Amino acid sequence: MELTGAQALIKSLETQGVEVVFGLPGGAILPVYDPIIDSSIRHILVRHEQGAGHAAEGYAQVTGRPGVAMVTSGPGATNIVTPLADAYMDSIPLVVVSGQVATSAIGTDAFQEVDTTGITLGVTKHNWLVTDPAEIPQVVAEAFHIATTGRPGPVLIDFPKDVANARTTFEPPPPLDLPGYKPPTTPDPAAIEEAARLIAAAERPVIYAGGGIVKSGAAEALRALADVSGAPVTTTLMGRGGFPESDPRWLGMPGMHGSYAAVTAMQRSDLLIALGVRFDDRVTGKVSAFAPGAKVIHVEVDRAEIGKVRRADVAVNADCRLAVEALVDALRRLASERPGSFGAGRLAPWTALLRGWKERFPFTYDREDERSGSITSGLAPLKPQYVVEELRRSTPDDAILVSGVGQHQMWAAQFWRFEHPRTWVNSGGLGTMGFAVPAALGAKVGRPEKMVWAVDGDGCFQMTAQELVTASAERIPIKVAILNNAYLGMVRQWQHMFYEERYSEVYLSSDLPDYVRWAEAMGCVGLRVSSPEEVVPAIEKANEIDDRPVVIDFRTDSMEQVYPMVPAGSSNDDIVVHPSQAGLAR
Amino acid sequence: MSAVAGAPARGGDDRVRHHLVALLVENKAGVLARIAGLFSRRGFNIFSLAVAPTHDPRFSRVSIVVDVESAPLQQVVDQLDKLVNVVEITELHPDDAREAELLLVTVSVDEDDRAEVEALASAGGGSVVDAVPGAVTVMLAADPAVVDDFEDAMREHGIVELQRTGRIALPKLSADGASGA
Repeated sequence: MELTGAQALIKSLETQGVEVVFGLPGGAILPVYDPIIDSSIRHILVRHEQGAGHAAEGYAQVTGRPGVAMVTSGPGATNIVTPLADAYMDSIPLVVVSGQVATSAIGTDAFQEVDTTGITLGVTKHNWLVTDPAEIPQVVAEAFHIATTGRPGPVLIDFPKDVANARTTFEPPPPLDLPGYKPPTTPDPAAIEEAARLIAAAERPVIYAGGGIVKSGAAEALRALADVSGAPVTTTLMGRGGFPESDPRWLGMPGMHGSYAAVTAMQRSDLLIALGVRFDDRVTGKVSAFAPGAKVIHVEVDRAEIGKVRRADVAVNADCRLAVEALVDALRRLASERPGSFGAGRLAPWTALLRGWKERFPFTYDREDERSGSITSGLAPLKPQYVVEELRRSTPDDAILVSGVGQHQMWAAQFWRFEHPRTWVNSGGLGTMGFAVPAALGAKVGRPEKMVWAVDGDGCFQMTAQELVTASAERIPIKVAILNNAYLGMVRQWQHMFYEERYSEVYLSSDLPDYVRWAEAMGCVGLRVSSPEEVVPAIEKANEIDDRPVVIDFRTDSMEQVYPMVPAGSSNDDIVVHPSQAGLAR
Repeated sequence: MSAVAGAPARGGDDRVRHHLVALLVENKAGVLARIAGLFSRRGFNIFSLAVAPTHDPRFSRVSIVVDVESAPLQQVVDQLDKLVNVVEITELHPDDAREAELLLVTVSVDEDDRAEVEALASAGGGSVVDAVPGAVTVMLAADPAVVDDFEDAMREHGIVELQRTGRIALPKLSADGASGA
């Protein structure tokens, strides 16, 4: 069958099962936009290419399928570098197609030419410059394979205009020829046996579960591992939803703003069962002081993460789900050989200690206001944590929560409870402000049947709010709660704590812009909440609106800080708890 | 990539600090940029680098001498292994490898020491490839340690220009036949 390169590209995307592409056309990608008119693929026209990338990430995070974005050359490509870097850090499968100037013009500084493959080299798992239209089906097949297998990640296909216009024939791609790409799958049985023996012998084990659990579909296997081992579980920012948080064995999230129980359990542990994690600095604090008495079992699909930060006593380089399942089987065999030799019963002293910490040091804030005695008084400043708590109470169990980056992200992570995988979408590794609105849009496109809320900061919202125009135009009814504290709050917190309250360039104003009028100008319903008693009615009103996006401007307390906090570079032993908990026995 | 510019003077511990990693890579556009970019981004130091196609035109062999003080060798290898176009990685310890390096050096000579330079060259297995009154260019292909010694000897005569290729290597043969690195 003869067709153009552009048609071959669209057909290849259809062959891969692509249903949605987020994008914005321009000169070099123009030929590819013509066959989109006749394609089964839904194209969502964003207002900025960064929005396309984050929307594709949100889509991928909630569906488990690769997100696809399409942009033009030059500024189109550079605008999507941030989402590529974000997806690379958080291992999100993304396929980005960028237009490129004609091959004959490459290297001549042509209009809207940049070295896209060069620029994106360090923020993609792999990228391609297509020079022969006959290669298109194969490159697309390779791109989807690499994006979705092993440790998932973003890939980019740079697509010159003359290749798009060339006549070619469409042949189904030959079998993949990637001699240098062999992601591990099944675990080494000897390593699994050794890991099982360590778990059976441990007195203070902690399961440290990360994004790999969610991405490999290992949530069920993780629950089985907690059952058979009796070990308590902490889930990282990227691992949230991988373990039901109503389970009493859940310790909370570890890390810089994690729970006292999770952080301290790891510090006192004699065995970390690290599953699909990379010992991120926000989790370990000062590495040399991190979990000093613990042996480490490290299950990780990316070999380069094993030993990168912390030496592993047992390394299991395999797919996380397959490895955890094998570990569960091995432990069950051990349990039948030596009944009662390990498990929840034998760990009772350890888990009782942790339960005590969890009860004494919950995430908290000043619920009692000194002026009124009650949070629900109109005089009390509105606490951002209270908004998150009420939002959780007023939304379905399986609602999807998306956040930006900063204080509001940490409050969302601290005060929300996730029961299901793929219900939490945020920017973990890169810390990309402005992630929430476009990612929420993508999440709602991927899971239209679910309620999608974004908890955003006022600083973040201003970075990418234009995608609410996209959401209105495409009838994608997301809901955005701005925790508007009039500051770049996390930066303000660091200046408060580490720069003697010298506040430099962090004030934003609570009413400039006017978020309600801005939301309405973008086709959304805009609401404003200034006092605690208005919180629930506003959320309920937002929940009833399903034909357009809703934005609520929550005017929250500017002075509020995120606790607990492990100061950057400090040992996790030096965790600073909420002032109201400071005197409590550790 | 802080390559040769930042390298210290050669000494006895160089063989401990410098490890040779041999890569078999697909001959595709941008492969070298991917490797160099990885070293740059991760803060790994390259001491020397040699690249050329193999007998099979689909593949090239890249020999990289890595400064293992800049990063643990295992981390360098694991990160290189993630590059899709890198097919195979072999860490070659000097004791297990046949290493070679090519040197071209132009030395200023007067009539008295021309003969001495030529004698040193032929003693080391090298040869004079160019000569004019006042200068000779010598080529030497040998074990890198021999090349180091020769370079030091030439330094005394006054080096005008010098170019080394960087180390290349193949695994030592074992009694049961060729090993495939």
